[in-house]
Amino acid sequence: MIQARSRRALGRGARNLLALVLAAVFLFPVYWMFSTSLKPAGAVLTPEPRFFFVPTFEHYGTATGVELFWTYVRNSLTVAVGAVLLALVVALMASFALARMRFRGRRGLVLAVMMAQMAPWEVLVIVMYMIARDADMLNNIAAITVVYFMMVLPFTVWTLRGFIAAVPRELEEAAMVDGCTRFTAFRRVIFPLLAPGLMSTSLFGFITAWNEFALVLILNKEPEAQTLPLWLTQFNTGFGNDWGATMSAASMFTVPVLLVFVFLQRRAVGGMTAGAVKG
Amino acid sequence: MAVHSEGVGVKAPSRTPRGRVPGGAGGGNTTTPSPPAPRPRRGGRGTPLAAVLVPYLLVTPAVVAGLVLLGYPLVRNLMLSFQDLGARQLIMRTTEWAGFANYSRLLGDAEFWSVVGRSFGFTAVNVALIMLVGTLVGILLNSLGRAMRLVLSLALVAAWAMPVVASATVFRWLFDTQFGLANWVMRTLGFDGYEQHNWFETGASTLAIVTLLVVWGSVPFVALNMYAGLTTVGTELYEAARVDGASNWRIFRSVILPVMRPFFLITTFLEVIWVFKAFTQIYALNAGGPDGASATLPVYAYIQGGAQQQYGVAAAISVLTILILLVAMSFYFRLILKQEEEL
Repeated sequence: MIQARSRRALGRGARNLLALVLAAVFLFPVYWMFSTSLKPAGAVLTPEPRFFFVPTFEHYGTATGVELFWTYVRNSLTVAVGAVLLALVVALMASFALARMRFRGRRGLVLAVMMAQMAPWEVLVIVMYMIARDADMLNNIAAITVVYFMMVLPFTVWTLRGFIAAVPRELEEAAMVDGCTRFTAFRRVIFPLLAPGLMSTSLFGFITAWNEFALVLILNKEPEAQTLPLWLTQFNTGFGNDWGATMSAASMFTVPVLLVFVFLQRRAVGGMTAGAVKG
Repeated sequence: MAVHSEGVGVKAPSRTPRGRVPGGAGGGNTTTPSPPAPRPRRGGRGTPLAAVLVPYLLVTPAVVAGLVLLGYPLVRNLMLSFQDLGARQLIMRTTEWAGFANYSRLLGDAEFWSVVGRSFGFTAVNVALIMLVGTLVGILLNSLGRAMRLVLSLALVAAWAMPVVASATVFRWLFDTQFGLANWVMRTLGFDGYEQHNWFETGASTLAIVTLLVVWGSVPFVALNMYAGLTTVGTELYEAARVDGASNWRIFRSVILPVMRPFFLITTFLEVIWVFKAFTQIYALNAGGPDGASATLPVYAYIQGGAQQQYGVAAAISVLTILILLVAMSFYFRLILKQEEEL
């Protein structure tokens, strides 16, 4: 009895230690990014890394001092939020039909949604360039928003469909017996239950759009129409990379996403595949 | 079968911080703990025309968007792949048809085939590592106490939340030739030859670092979802198995695996797609170099188009990439369509 208990305690100790090591491993790149961003210029490019230093915000000044910084911020927020909102509206309608209604061509549509998820967007960049050029849509924030919307749409449809399928039909039917129309039943009963699904899909969509690099690089050559991922690559001069500025730019690029993640974590986690796996 | 339906369903709308939701049907003596799936029900018998049209109206915006924004570029891309298109033709906006020249050139090119092989190897290694480590970390999370679980999951969330562009930049800094931390660690550990070691000198070591980056960034997704799924299995099941004297491996194989089967299927599917399509990680680290030695298919297509200005060839590569992905994934399509019929 005592032996068993001590063995279990030992097991717990080993597990806790393993958890600590893993936590350190996963956190390390994040820590190294932040710590480099706060180092004084002289402490960044040293053959021996400095672990202790007086923090300074000078690199943040360099990074945000770039011409058009606020334009990049505004553009990034516009494309990411715009793409997500558009995808949510379009996907909610489609996924409701796919999850709850029977109609001809439904199976084909489900298959199309899955296939669309595999689209390798980076390899379509030449075609996208030619189409945008011919339609006079290069350097256009709205055009790139619409492209990002399409990038996140399939995943959004697929995930939301799973969430809707997981809501018991009886709830909806009860609401309709009580006099709701199908639409009000959806709005009052199903929609509130979809909150975790909406959050996890918008999170995924936001990150995809926030991150996108290859297409905006080719389609929007004008600095006025560029986004933050391109800002991140600006500190590479002929004399080498300004790692301090790059790391503070990377930190600022990461913080908003990190905050949203920590905030939504409990609801979003599990949601990501819950929807995809389907009830 | 519902894996995480507790996060969505009405039976347990709010997951407690401890996160343990007893697994549905109740009791430790059943092997299917999830709540019964809703019965399929046929609607729309004798319904008016308007009601028949509703589903079509609902899917119209998505279908139109897909056709215009993805379908049309794909068709144009297919057409491009049969054209001889370089910088000159692009600027002059002329069309020169080349028949199957781009394809025959690629299919007869040893480099193309080595890129194909590299793509498969890269995907297989990465997905295997991600699934293995992710599953183990998920199980570990499930067996930890509250405080340690919070610590580990916060670290995972931080790694997960880091945008790929940012994490690729950080990894390039960690493995910098002159001032990178990796070289310092190797020197400190007493290894020779790490004074100015260039980690991106060969395709193999570049891909090893890409793998590190991809696995590091992808494990949190699998681990946290695995944990979320495990909480729905319910402790009674493990305890019952343990009382019966089952080993850890046996519990995994006979209790966890069957219940989590849909999770494994779907997550592997997603990871295969994501890893096979991975572009930013590879391109941001070393642009597929040195000399294309770390290029997988999407990166190879991008290089052929961008740097070499062989747009027709690049289009042919992308068509082949899509075909390869479709064939490789057809097994999953069948599976998921079958699941679909049970809806």
